[in-house]
Amino acid sequence: MKLTCLSQGNGYYCPPTHILQLCGFRLLLECPIDLSSLAVFSPIPSAGAANLDASSGLLRALPWLKTVPGLHLWDPSLIDAVLVSSPSAMLGLPFLTRNAKFCGKIYATEVVARIGQLLMEDLLSMHAEFLQFYGADVKPASPEWMKWVELEKLSPVLKQVVLGEDGEELGAWMPLYSAADIKECMQKIQPLKYGEETCFNGSIIMKAYSSGLDIGSCNWTINSPKISITYLSSSLFMPACWKGFDYHSLLGNDLVLFSDLSSLSSTASTCAETREIRNNNMIVENDPSLCSASALSKDEIPHQLFGTDETSDEIEKISFICSCIIDSLEGGGSVLIPISRLGTVLLLLEQISESLESFNLKVPIFMISPTAEETLAFVNTVPEWLSKQRQQKLFSGEALFNHVELKKVNRLHVFPSIYSSELLMMWQEPCIIFSPHWSLRLGPVVPLLRRWHADPKSLLILEQGVNVEVALLPFRPVAIKVLQSSFLSGIMMHKVEPLLEILHPKLVLYPEDLRIQYPLKENSSWSYLYYSENVQLRVPSFVEDVKACLETNLAFQLRPRRLTQQNIAIARLKGRIFLSKGKYFLAASRIPMEFSNKQLLYWGSIEPTCLLLALQDRGLVGTIHWNKDAANGVYTIQITNPEKAVIETSATMTTISCEDENTATLIYEALGTVCDGI
Amino acid sequence: MGIECLVLGAGQEVGKSCVVVSMGGKRIMFDCGMHMGYLDNRRFPDFSLISKTGDFDSALTCVVITHFHLDHVGALPYFTEVCGYHGPIYMTYPTKALAPLMLEDYRKVMVDRRGEEEQFTYDHIMECLKKVTPLDLKQTVQVDKDLEIRAYYAGHVLGAAMIYAKVGESTIVYTGDYNMTPDRHLGAAHIDRLQLDLLITESTYATTIRDSKYAREREFLRAIHKCVAGGGKVLIPTFALGRAQELCILLDDYWERMNLKVPIYFSAGLTIQANMYYKMLIGWTSQKIKETSSVRNTFDFKHVCPFDRSLINAPGPCVLFATPGMISGGFSLEVFKQWAPSELNLVTLPGYCVAGTIGHKLMSGKPTRIDLDKDTYVDVRCQIHQLSFSPHTDSKGIMDLVEYLSPKHVILVHGEKPKMAMLKERIQSELGIQCYYPANNEKLLISTTQNVKIDVTKKFIRSCSSAMLSNVKNSLLSISDSGSKDNEIIKLAREDTTAEGILLMEKTKTAKLIHGNELLHTLGVKEHQVRFAFCCPVEVTRMEPLSDEANTTLCHVNSIMKVYVPRCLVTEDRLTTANNTLLDILLSELETRTECKNIQIASDSLQLHTFHVRVCSTEHCSYRKKENGVGESVVYFCCSWSPCDDRLRCLCVVLELFKIRNEY
Repeated sequence: MKLTCLSQGNGYYCPPTHILQLCGFRLLLECPIDLSSLAVFSPIPSAGAANLDASSGLLRALPWLKTVPGLHLWDPSLIDAVLVSSPSAMLGLPFLTRNAKFCGKIYATEVVARIGQLLMEDLLSMHAEFLQFYGADVKPASPEWMKWVELEKLSPVLKQVVLGEDGEELGAWMPLYSAADIKECMQKIQPLKYGEETCFNGSIIMKAYSSGLDIGSCNWTINSPKISITYLSSSLFMPACWKGFDYHSLLGNDLVLFSDLSSLSSTASTCAETREIRNNNMIVENDPSLCSASALSKDEIPHQLFGTDETSDEIEKISFICSCIIDSLEGGGSVLIPISRLGTVLLLLEQISESLESFNLKVPIFMISPTAEETLAFVNTVPEWLSKQRQQKLFSGEALFNHVELKKVNRLHVFPSIYSSELLMMWQEPCIIFSPHWSLRLGPVVPLLRRWHADPKSLLILEQGVNVEVALLPFRPVAIKVLQSSFLSGIMMHKVEPLLEILHPKLVLYPEDLRIQYPLKENSSWSYLYYSENVQLRVPSFVEDVKACLETNLAFQLRPRRLTQQNIAIARLKGRIFLSKGKYFLAASRIPMEFSNKQLLYWGSIEPTCLLLALQDRGLVGTIHWNKDAANGVYTIQITNPEKAVIETSATMTTISCEDENTATLIYEALGTVCDGI
Repeated sequence: MGIECLVLGAGQEVGKSCVVVSMGGKRIMFDCGMHMGYLDNRRFPDFSLISKTGDFDSALTCVVITHFHLDHVGALPYFTEVCGYHGPIYMTYPTKALAPLMLEDYRKVMVDRRGEEEQFTYDHIMECLKKVTPLDLKQTVQVDKDLEIRAYYAGHVLGAAMIYAKVGESTIVYTGDYNMTPDRHLGAAHIDRLQLDLLITESTYATTIRDSKYAREREFLRAIHKCVAGGGKVLIPTFALGRAQELCILLDDYWERMNLKVPIYFSAGLTIQANMYYKMLIGWTSQKIKETSSVRNTFDFKHVCPFDRSLINAPGPCVLFATPGMISGGFSLEVFKQWAPSELNLVTLPGYCVAGTIGHKLMSGKPTRIDLDKDTYVDVRCQIHQLSFSPHTDSKGIMDLVEYLSPKHVILVHGEKPKMAMLKERIQSELGIQCYYPANNEKLLISTTQNVKIDVTKKFIRSCSSAMLSNVKNSLLSISDSGSKDNEIIKLAREDTTAEGILLMEKTKTAKLIHGNELLHTLGVKEHQVRFAFCCPVEVTRMEPLSDEANTTLCHVNSIMKVYVPRCLVTEDRLTTANNTLLDILLSELETRTECKNIQIASDSLQLHTFHVRVCSTEHCSYRKKENGVGESVVYFCCSWSPCDDRLRCLCVVLELFKIRNEY
């Protein structure tokens, strides 16, 4: 087994990517795109404010997307299967599936596949505006902006986004896929339920279990006959309304591939961003609860995985956001929420509507996205993927989320695009708007931000991990309030070791970078191997034997032979072997086993008197002649009757010499009775 | 090891499905239904057969319910709340959501309308359903360490499931009710090709083969259209869930197309609320509905509205869905009493009617008068339309499923005895599978074979897998897209891949299969070689060149070689000097005279498999034939071979016949 980490990813929207070589197959784990890199492109200039964009220093071209660096170097035909754990982890799939050489299988949970598809379609229709503005690429292979002359003009921050730290990532940029590509991709996905067993090529069994990160996202168990693996992606123990981290089903596997790098990206960016925010004199609400939220990773809360700390913190965070929203609305400013995490959006929507209710504010909530309608309809039909409390709503016959009710009473309005006439008729400020895209480069968020960027009463809610300075470049001067909130998007560091203790693996594959930041205690019950980007890690196998099933019909054919010294019996076995559902089976052949009584392999030494007796039983008369030269165990038996024959024996070798074939066979038979063999 | 199967209900009858299966120390109850045809204690399964003491918690590992029909779930609140079973209960999400509606509806009918003593209360139902663990399709659920269960789509009603259960190596599937053809809102039953010891299948339509559904749908719509066009009222007695929704989709669609304005009513709020559940559970309907519902939910009916009791005698045509089905009482009976006497009206009976119900009486013949009890009767003048819209599979479907799964044994339940007997014969004769149809309260023991768990060394696997791979390659099967073709690969592997090894059985240890080469090392012993040896004399001569093939005689034929020996040989003595040269000559002789081309020459010997020939240098070789008259012209060749190549013994004989020419 070998592991190559292609990318450590970049937070929630771009999970880490690996290639796992197992049983001669290559599994690609996750296939995201780094949408934060969209920041290098300028949004479509609005008619009135063209000069405003010019100063931003962004690329003015049809945006391309940055895929996982290094993935394009792998031959798609060598990738046998892809596992996808969350909707954002599948946005890069069409790049792979549109390659004719790719013929692997893709596995994702039903919900991930559906929401991922909606995200892709969203991206595509938002991108269509660019296509209308710029037209298709003139030189599809190498657009103008990719030339060095153009790239040199970029600021160092943007240049690094385009080229990567070592300047090697230009090859990862791809033009966006088409609707046909998405369709083709979706056809290749095999949708799964949580806990559904799926078998790849008869030898690898994979099961997805809830990871709690978002609705439908999952961790995997990957079982081959030789090793059982837990592939642990970013996980949340107690999410608010969807299924939590199902660690119970991951117990007892040999190996844990720890791939939750959320702590890595969150802390790294936190420091950087707080500084930037201060420098730019942007207004950040400084509330103690927010501070405690970002400092969560360092604090020492009880080592209980399912403490209420996570949930209550998340609830506190959301209610803090709600209070900011209310403040803003009361001050006459609108609120713009460009967040794409489905679960968080649904939670916010519920909390906000409740807050509005309690403050008796009659403010419309708009949800503007090409796929918003479908997404909302879809999440109301997935009770199986939600938390127990939410499922209770199904059993008591209520709608799963309150957006159904909100829509009915005209509190929530859903529109596919900002340019619909109905929206204009209903338009009213202040208002709350949920709309993509969080990169602030495409989608309805761009015109809305243009409208409000200089309004100090309005509020923009961003997630942590977004580089605010870069994100707001095209919207300067910025006066709008910006609230950056960190939603929990992985296992908190202090819970990692208690979790591993419960999972009880033999070996943990752990990211080197995370070890540097959070040193792990030495542990006697399992060992660590550390992986880093683009270095192949060879994992030693620790099972000697493989389990198999011997079918009864074959077992009955066996003729065991007890060995003289030990308590061991042995038998020759001949049958069909086959692999089914990751398990080896041995069954009887159609043609019955032919067991010649002849033994072919002997060991140990031969007692001469025993041999002589055995020979006499078969009517062969002979005498023992001890060899004078050799000291131990070398002797000759001369047979005189009925045929002449010579048997020469030493400790390791016996030679039978006899002209008559029948006699030779008899001697051989006699030998078999006195010597261990098979 | 065996599987014990206790049929508590639906044995040779339809109603109160309940089968208790014991295997590997686990005991699972499949379904816990009630019989709609009885009002006495025969309506519930005889639970005392599970445990005499009434300690059901230790007697049963779990209860699994396949779907929400009363003949499958009806006795559950009674069993848990009155009999006191507290163990785990499993059912699918829709079943858990919809079963309480069915149960409460039934309870109300029994208690409020018929005034019977209630077997369980509303609280009982709610308490009971609280204990239920919901199942999703295909999800493997570990009930405990040894028992795992999995639900498969059965199609019959929303949330109906076939249940796969596995304990150790024993595996069974209990189908519940299923439908092998998709209908308006549900897909067809779908199950993996599992290796099964036992299949317990329903057999409602054990001998019926149904025609195309579309014809029946057209007929149904035409009958209704005709009736409402004539100003009549249409009564469709149906259960609140399942059939009602399917027919509603059908009618709603038809009304839209034909632009009809006649109202379609749903009796009581029950069915309206049921539609709410259907909307959320759309993931459990057919693919087509799922796809079309991405924006507008199919279960938002345009033409359907709730019914009020005052509308029973209102003038004008209408269509009414009324519960319960089979007109077994309740509201549908009330409406039937009012509407049956008019020729204009129509009663449509979709699906199966249990014996003893009015629905059954209407279906069997055309009665003009139906006695409700001793004193009251109803004149039946309305039209009766019978609709075989039953969501059960027909006999072809059952046979297809049995053949597809190819279990070792089949048990038929949920059917009528004579038809089950015929189906049993078919299964046994056509498919060669043991089949049974036990009666209620009968116990059946099925023997199973147990596979032996062994360890296999990696070396053994490697030696086999190279063979396996070459097989796969040979048949040009691509490995990567074989996920769906697993079975083919397995079949392929089954046909050709033979494995040969040695099984090592040690007391208190798992038996271990090793490769032959590993044995000595594993046992920690040294090999004791056994060889046959023979020292044969060969005359070294000068030989005339062979002219042609005609000069040779075929002297030995055996599986490996043909040996040609020259007929005329002229002797001329010359002694050899170098042994190797002699071997070279011997080799070329052997190669020309035999058809062996793979004889190898080593430093001092010729080798064919384990057969070695070298020039004998010992004066008195003990393997030499003690014969007189050994001439100077004779060179001795010492041959030895291992017992596995004993068939090469004949080479010695051949060598003796040789007279080889030496040029030195």
